[in-house]
Amino acid sequence: METINAVQQEIVEEFSMFDDWMQRYEYMIELGKSLPLIDPQYKTEDNIIKGCQSKVWVHADLEDNKLIFTADSDAIITKGIIAILIRVYSHQHPDAILEADTAFIDKIGLKEHLSPTRANGLVSMIKQLKMYAIAFKTQLN
Amino acid sequence: MDVQKIRNDFPILQRKVNGKPLVYFDNAATSQTPIQVIDTIVEYYNNYNANIHRGVHTLSQEATELYELARQKIQKHFNAAQAHEIIFTSGTTHSINIVSNGYAQILSKGDEVIVSALEHHSNIVPWQMMCEKTGAVLKVIPMNEDGVLIMEEYDQLLSNTTKLVFVNHVSNALGTVNPIEEIITKAHAVGAEVLIDGAQASPHIKADVQSLDVDYYVTSAHKLCGPTGVGMLYGKQSALNRLPPYQGGGEMIAEVTFEKTTYADLPHKFEAGTPNIAGGIGFGAALDYLNTIGMEEIAAYEEQLLKYATTALNNIPGVKIYGVAPQKTAVISFNVTGIHPYDIGSILDQLGIAVRTGHHCAQPIMDFYQIPGTVRASFSFYNTFQEIDSMVEALKKAIQMLQ
Repeated sequence: METINAVQQEIVEEFSMFDDWMQRYEYMIELGKSLPLIDPQYKTEDNIIKGCQSKVWVHADLEDNKLIFTADSDAIITKGIIAILIRVYSHQHPDAILEADTAFIDKIGLKEHLSPTRANGLVSMIKQLKMYAIAFKTQLN
Repeated sequence: MDVQKIRNDFPILQRKVNGKPLVYFDNAATSQTPIQVIDTIVEYYNNYNANIHRGVHTLSQEATELYELARQKIQKHFNAAQAHEIIFTSGTTHSINIVSNGYAQILSKGDEVIVSALEHHSNIVPWQMMCEKTGAVLKVIPMNEDGVLIMEEYDQLLSNTTKLVFVNHVSNALGTVNPIEEIITKAHAVGAEVLIDGAQASPHIKADVQSLDVDYYVTSAHKLCGPTGVGMLYGKQSALNRLPPYQGGGEMIAEVTFEKTTYADLPHKFEAGTPNIAGGIGFGAALDYLNTIGMEEIAAYEEQLLKYATTALNNIPGVKIYGVAPQKTAVISFNVTGIHPYDIGSILDQLGIAVRTGHHCAQPIMDFYQIPGTVRASFSFYNTFQEIDSMVEALKKAIQMLQ
């Protein structure tokens, strides 16, 4: 599996092909369609990420010391955003997830989504993925 | 009414967002500020800034005069009988909390408070807290599919245990104008007081508190082209005198000894601490501005914008408008079949169009329609028909991208 940095770099390169926001958004919507979907049994109130205007459910499993994320959202732009995050953070060791930074978000032109007041809750999503990493890390120790 | 001339009064309307001219359709959240109000605030800080009501020096006296003049402007605008019936607050939420906090000390177990199903969260939470504290019971006037309150149900809820009725003049989520005259008359008939939240109504409708015979009427300056952080609580003198003070502090006391404090007269009883002086003066300037244009002219023009936008939106396949009351202010809450409102709002923002998406702090209304939220476009007198055309075009583009 590639490192988090390598995946981030890959995404940055993909997004650099677009010159305007519409193409970026359309690509994000496309990425949303490839999101590894959460098993319906985990689509519970407890798994909804707080702080998002749309609903985002995330579930994590541990396989061979790596976290496997699945998710879903009822809004398609949000689905694209969580798909990008999962592509970066899934199949990684909890330590790597906790160490990873989020500078690539800025580089793919989605900086406006990083503001903590932004209703889509990108910040909340990253926080939630890292929370899973912390939780599973304690299991590994 | 010359809209182009009016637009020149609002510096912010010249700016671009994401490279596109700003189309500001989030007026129900906050209205924009005309240069006349901005200048008044700058002028205050440049020439008069001082603490009020206390100093003997010239600045303090001039600042006090300006602040009290603003109070009189508000009194006149809402036709209150006396200036001291206007309490300056930090805004609608603060105003409501003054009343609910006071009522928490007046009510006892078994008393009833009626609110409407069309309320903003800020209107529901204080009463829930108050009911928890006092053992009073909260009753809700339901609404129908059109977003109109069911008045027959209201009649059923009223009884001699009803102590207070609390309804917004206009719903923030749907724009429904509620029949507050009838609500007030019927509440008074059973001996209950009435508090009306005018935050959404006051940019469009000039309420006359005396002819309404309302006990309390509240609003925020920033909904009326004024600054944020200031608002008013109108209360009948008799009502305000009965209500216990909200906060302890400077200005609200007449005499303090360690044994006993006597409270100051109205309005100071409810104005503890140094107020938002520049804000209060700016509030007065905003009312001057609106009255120069004329509230009736504003309402008539906004009505045309509403009709135009409603027709245009209804022509787009898949658009459903929520809240189709016969009496509405210039607010349209809508969804497009199969598309999340958040997605639409995000695309519109990229195209320079500011709308609100979400539940508009009115979750019970969203639950009623079983939707996660809506897109809300709310218009003001400085908006144009061309801007509505831009929104419609942008919406079509968004639908194309999102479907």
